[in-house]
Amino acid sequence: MKELVIISGKGGTGKTSLVAAFASLSNNHVLCDADVDASDLHLILDPQIKKQQDFISGNSAFIENEKCTQCDICRDLCRWDAINENYVVDQIECEGCGVCVHFCPEQAIAFPENHCGEWFISETRFGPMVHARLKIAEENSGKLVSIVRQESKALAEERNIDLMLTDGPPGIGCPVIASLGGATAVLIVVEPTVSGKHDMERVLQLANHFKIPALVCINKFDLNIEQTLEIEAFSRKNNLTTIGRIPFDSKFTKAMVEGKTIIEFNNNSESSQAIRDIWKFFEDRFQLMGG
Amino acid sequence: MIISIASGKGGTGKTTIACNMAVSIGHDVQLLDCDVEEPNAHLFIHPIIDNTKTITTPVPIVDEEKCDLCGKCVEICQFKAIVILGDTILPFHDLCHSCGGCELVCPVKAITETDRELGEIEDGHLDGLQFVHGRLRIGEAMSPPLIKKVRTYCETDKLAIIDAPPGTSCPVIAAMKGCDFVLLVTEPTPFGLYDLRLAVGAVKILGIPCGLIINRSDMGDDSVWEYAKETGIPILMEIPFERKIAEAYSRGDLIVEIMPEWKAKFLELYETIKAIVY
Repeated sequence: MKELVIISGKGGTGKTSLVAAFASLSNNHVLCDADVDASDLHLILDPQIKKQQDFISGNSAFIENEKCTQCDICRDLCRWDAINENYVVDQIECEGCGVCVHFCPEQAIAFPENHCGEWFISETRFGPMVHARLKIAEENSGKLVSIVRQESKALAEERNIDLMLTDGPPGIGCPVIASLGGATAVLIVVEPTVSGKHDMERVLQLANHFKIPALVCINKFDLNIEQTLEIEAFSRKNNLTTIGRIPFDSKFTKAMVEGKTIIEFNNNSESSQAIRDIWKFFEDRFQLMGG
Repeated sequence: MIISIASGKGGTGKTTIACNMAVSIGHDVQLLDCDVEEPNAHLFIHPIIDNTKTITTPVPIVDEEKCDLCGKCVEICQFKAIVILGDTILPFHDLCHSCGGCELVCPVKAITETDRELGEIEDGHLDGLQFVHGRLRIGEAMSPPLIKKVRTYCETDKLAIIDAPPGTSCPVIAAMKGCDFVLLVTEPTPFGLYDLRLAVGAVKILGIPCGLIINRSDMGDDSVWEYAKETGIPILMEIPFERKIAEAYSRGDLIVEIMPEWKAKFLELYETIKAIVY
């Protein structure tokens, strides 16, 4: 069982469009959308939901007014200043640590579990897909990412599928860390811009930190050839394989508007050809990788 | 006044808007880059950095001589950040949310606190523009505490422009909460619109007025305009796709540097926001 996680550091470099394109090229895989915060893969793959489950995670404090004697212990102990002078807990600030609940002498603070979202097992025209929806303004996205990946893995094992294609979140924080652990390799999609390169370097450091092998591909490479060459030089210096260049192509947007992958939209375009080459390279390379 | 620039989807142009607006205004303005996972604004502003500060959060250490393995700390910890393994007590600093519960609950006072590094904050300037950004330590999972620290640099008598991280969960909330206005940067594509709806949901929860900027406005479809009409969210600026702008961005150049006529548009944008807020 192998897993390729597509990440980028910087948002909007084309992760999801590329995962969708890979989905239309690969024969046997489970798709996993680990960008639970602003997931978009479903907009192209139109998943038919077969199973839906609530994501319950963490707790929040609620003060019961009739029991509260306004002793102020909770306000003194709360490190998030989440309890105001009227003894109402700000649900956005509440970290769910339970300190106020534990130390309230009147047991006036309830601590119910949070319903933070849902996760789904679905079927798409390119095979099974596991995805999720974190409720807006919720926490614990890392936990939901872990669930989505675990469920994808279980599904792959159940169906004897040996590849997981995971659409990762942007950044380098909690959800990204949760999407990396145990992956066979990450593919960093970078755009040839100063921000793209800067963010790729940071996400690469993260991959190295967790000892996950990394591959690089450059999207919109012709937007700035100089930056593209710099990224490739940087990759060589750091023993990273650049597995391909994809040209800037407005057909990506047109395909997205029609709910299609770039391969479905225009199989003969230069960008589709570049992605096919990348996929081929990747398949050959992946055979040799552990997992 | 604090204006936060957010988007839901990444790569729609938050940093571009934040930097161009801040540079156009030029004086009595702060630019706070709260995308601490991947801060980019400095690549466009090139500020002179005056101070670098390491930011930490408290985490427990246990004096094993004093600890009698009663397990009260394990019980109170909601994050499984302290466990008993055999006859040792083991704090996991990476998982700790710094609530202080374990120290408070320990009956033998065996727990004290040390620091875990969250990252760095650098502050500097470029002429009359004050620049601050946070940089999350590689391997650190929790960005909201660092974002909140960056926000403590806001000065009430100045305009503060916040470059927020993408998404709609806790880091974005930390970057938007308590702001006077949220400028949502989107692109007119299905991904852009889907994530915009989520971002608007987050702004609504916080009860902050907002407006839209449509970037690469000629690539995609009309659904963002329809959405703006339906919801009554004002469209404050449209930026068409121009290869010249995209190439300038790729080099780290600002729009107002290569096309000075845009400066007036960014100043007008600020005036419009002021008129909405006051």
